[in-house]
Amino acid sequence: MTETPALLRMENVWKTYHSQPVLRGIDLDVAPHEVVCLIGASGSGKSTLLRCVNLLETVDDGAIYLDGAELTEVGADADRARRRIGMVFQSYNLFPHMSVLDNITLAPIRVHRTPRATAVAQAKELLERFDLADKAQEYPDRLSGGQQQRVAIVRALATRPSLMLLDEVTSALDPELVTEVLSIIRELKESGMTMVLATHEMGFARDIADTVCFLDDGVLLETGPAEQIFTEPREPRTREFLQRVLEARRI
Amino acid sequence: MTTSGAKSGANPPAWVKSARQLERERRLRRTGRRSASVATASTVLFLAVVIGVVVSSPGWPRVRETFFSAGRFSDAFPDVLRGFWLNAEIFLIAEPLILCLGLLVALARSLTGPVFFPIRALAVGYTDVFRGIPTILLVYLVGFGVPALNLRGAPSDPAVLGGAALVLSYGAYVAEVFRAGIDSVHPSQRAAARSLGLSHAQSLRFVVLPQAVRRVVPPLLNDFASLQKDTALVAVLGPLEALRQAQIHSADTFNYTPYLAAAVLFIALTVPLARFTDHLAARAERRRAPGGGT
Repeated sequence: MTETPALLRMENVWKTYHSQPVLRGIDLDVAPHEVVCLIGASGSGKSTLLRCVNLLETVDDGAIYLDGAELTEVGADADRARRRIGMVFQSYNLFPHMSVLDNITLAPIRVHRTPRATAVAQAKELLERFDLADKAQEYPDRLSGGQQQRVAIVRALATRPSLMLLDEVTSALDPELVTEVLSIIRELKESGMTMVLATHEMGFARDIADTVCFLDDGVLLETGPAEQIFTEPREPRTREFLQRVLEARRI
Repeated sequence: MTTSGAKSGANPPAWVKSARQLERERRLRRTGRRSASVATASTVLFLAVVIGVVVSSPGWPRVRETFFSAGRFSDAFPDVLRGFWLNAEIFLIAEPLILCLGLLVALARSLTGPVFFPIRALAVGYTDVFRGIPTILLVYLVGFGVPALNLRGAPSDPAVLGGAALVLSYGAYVAEVFRAGIDSVHPSQRAAARSLGLSHAQSLRFVVLPQAVRRVVPPLLNDFASLQKDTALVAVLGPLEALRQAQIHSADTFNYTPYLAAAVLFIALTVPLARFTDHLAARAERRRAPGGGT
C-alpha cells in the first residue's frame, strides 16, 4: 500500500459464528497515521472485524499483526496488545457506576500504572480539549448521548493508544450530536492518529478517510482511496450499496 | 449478528483451513494437553497429601472406627434413607410456598403511593423480623409455640410446624433476593413499558419481573440448597427425619457413622442442584455473548 510498514495488518482473517461465516478471508493493511473507513450494510462484518483486531473475538483462521508482532499467536498476551489499541463502541459502554473522571482514569491508573495525580491531570486536559471539563464529576447516565460518546472517546484516548478502533460511534446519536462527535474524530485525524472506523456516515467517510473499504457479506470486496470508491466504484455491489444509501438519504 | 439476506454476487470463497490455522490448532491442542496434565497431576498430589496427613494422624484408627465403619453404615442407612424422604418432602412442599411468599413480599415492597403504606410496612416488618431470628430458634418457637396456643384446627404434626418455620424464615430471604432482582432492572425498561401504555402492574408482570427472575435464579438456587440442609433443623421437634434417625442409631451404638450416612444423602441431593445452577449460569452467559442466541 505505502512504503512505510503497516501498523496493522490482517491476513486472510476468517470468523464464523455457529458455522455461519461472518468474515471470509479479510486482508487489510493500515499504515501509520492512516484513517480507514469500513462501509457496508448492517451485518456485513464491520463490527466483527474491529472486535477481532481488539481480540474480543478469536479469529478462526488467519493472522493479525500490530507493528509487526502477531496478536493472534497462540499464547500471545491479549491484554498487552489491547494496551496499545483504543476502542470506542456504538453504545458507548461507559461504566455507569463510575464518574466520568473515574471512567477515564481507570485504565491509566490500574493498567498503565500512571500515578493517580498524573492520570487525573491528563484526563482533565483531555476533557478540556473536548469541551467536557465541567462534566468530570458527573455520572454517565446523566449525560446526553453525544457527551457520553465523547467521554468514551476520551476514555479510549487516555491510554495513548497507537491505534483507535471506532465501531459505528455515531449510530445511536441524533444528527446534532453526530457533528460534535465527528468533529472530535476529525481532530484526532489531524493529530495523526491511526484509526479504523466502521461507519454509516458516508459523507463523513468520504471526507475523513484516506482509504475506504467496502465489506459485503464478510468479504472485503473493494478497497481504495475515498474519492475513487465514492465517485467510480469498480464493483457493481459497491455501486448498488452506495446507490441505496443515497436514495435513503433523499427520503 | 445476522447476515443480510442477499447471498451476494461476491463469489463466496469456501473456507479451507490454512496451514497457519492448522498449525495454530495443533499448538492450542498441545498447550491444552499440557495444562490438563498439570491440573491432573496437581489434583492427585493435593488429594494424596490430604489423605496422607489424615491417615497418618495418631487418632486415625479411632476416627475410622467411629466415623467410617462400613458395618454401621449399612445398618443405619435404610432407616436414615427413610428419614431422608421426610426431609425431601418438607423441602419439596416448602420450596414453592417460599417462592410465592417471597415474591409477594417483594412485590408488596415495590408498591408506591401512600395508600399502600400499611402493606409496605408489613412487608418490611416481616423481612426484618424473620431474617433476624436464627432459623433454629424460629423452629423452636413455631414448633412449640403454636401447639401451646391450643387453637382448634392448628396443625400439631412437628414436620408441618417445622416446615412452616422454614417457610417463614426462607420467605424473608427470598423476598430480599427478588427485590434485589427487581431493583437491578434498569429504569429505562420500566420507562419503555410505561410509555407503551402498560400499567404499573403490567410493566412489572411482563417486562420487569421476567428479567428480574432470570437474574436471580442462581442466588435462588443457592437458597434452595441451603433450605435442603436446613430441613434437618426440624429434627429438634422430634419427627423421624434423616438427622433424627442418625441420632437414634448413633445413640444405640456410640458410633457416629450414621451421621455420615445422613451427610452422604444430603450431598447427593445438593450436588445435582449445584450443577444445575452452573448449567443455568453458563447458558445465560452464552446468550449474552456476541453471536450467541442464534
